Amino acid sequence: MTVDLNTLLAIVAMAVATIATRIGGLVLIRYVTIGENQKRALEAIPPAVLMAVIAPTAFVTGPAETIAAAATAVAAMRLPLLASVAIGVVSVALLRLLLGASW
Amino acid sequence: MQDRSAFQEFRAAAIAMTPLIVAVMPIGLVFGAVAAGKGLAPAEVALMSALVFAGGSQFVAMDIWTHPASWAALGFSALLVNIRHVLMSASIGGKLDAFSGPARYASMLLLADEIWAMAEMRASNGRLTPAWYAGLAVPFYCVWVLTSLAGALLGAFLGDPKVTGLDFAFPAVFIVLVMGFWKGRETGAVLAASAFAAVLTHQLLPGVWYIAAGAAAGVVVALFSGAHREAHA
Repeated sequence: MTVDLNTLLAIVAMAVATIATRIGGLVLIRYVTIGENQKRALEAIPPAVLMAVIAPTAFVTGPAETIAAAATAVAAMRLPLLASVAIGVVSVALLRLLLGASW
Repeated sequence: MQDRSAFQEFRAAAIAMTPLIVAVMPIGLVFGAVAAGKGLAPAEVALMSALVFAGGSQFVAMDIWTHPASWAALGFSALLVNIRHVLMSASIGGKLDAFSGPARYASMLLLADEIWAMAEMRASNGRLTPAWYAGLAVPFYCVWVLTSLAGALLGAFLGDPKVTGLDFAFPAVFIVLVMGFWKGRETGAVLAASAFAAVLTHQLLPGVWYIAAGAAAGVVVALFSGAHREAHA
């Protein structure tokens, strides 16, 4: 098992970029005072970021993905995380089979 | 809080994290298999998971991987995909009262989405201590690296993730986490704005600008609805 030099460089570049983003917010709040508006903005960040990540998969990939995403969301209201994820995975596999592949 | 030992905190957090650890296993396996399919050696796959530790950007990297690898393109893409971490660390950064200065920065190195979401939950209904954070982060990190390596070694034995539905495990985890942040109509407005802006940007621009666009739209709506409420108060 060898590590290619170009691959190693790319991995290090990705790691440096990722670490910069993870430290970035911590540095940022040292220089920005947190008032009422900043607090409201910060509170909206968690749901807004997660939603943005999943939106293309949930809404514009295909009917199988959209229905499975809805099923996962409904399941999440009543079931624990793992059961909801299992429902999502199984339903997307079945729906792709039934509706035909969208990829 | 002094009556609870650090070990008990660590253990309780690890137990709370268990469903997410189980859920990330298939994602790690799929990532390893995809990376091996792109020609990465198992050692390189494990190294990327260990040093980058950000699933979304690692999958995107596999989409744009070339031989030889272009460090500039891959580094920039990771920056763009993970720019949301700036917001995440700014949000959790104000809730690290129990952490020493160096511990704050060290803990941010492992700020993956799932760990961050669980840390936010803890901060909102308890006290986020370094031991609790370590209990969330360390087992999850180890499982991510090990399952990536296993996926790279097993490779083709796993079957097509599109057929088994395992490629959907990652979005499914995020959907469940989003539901956990629901706090009424205002959350609904934030989510709708974020989804709309993300989908629109995804259709119009290549790459991963849609994540930044969705996050920005959600924050703008939160600020606007807050100002609106104050005006009527």
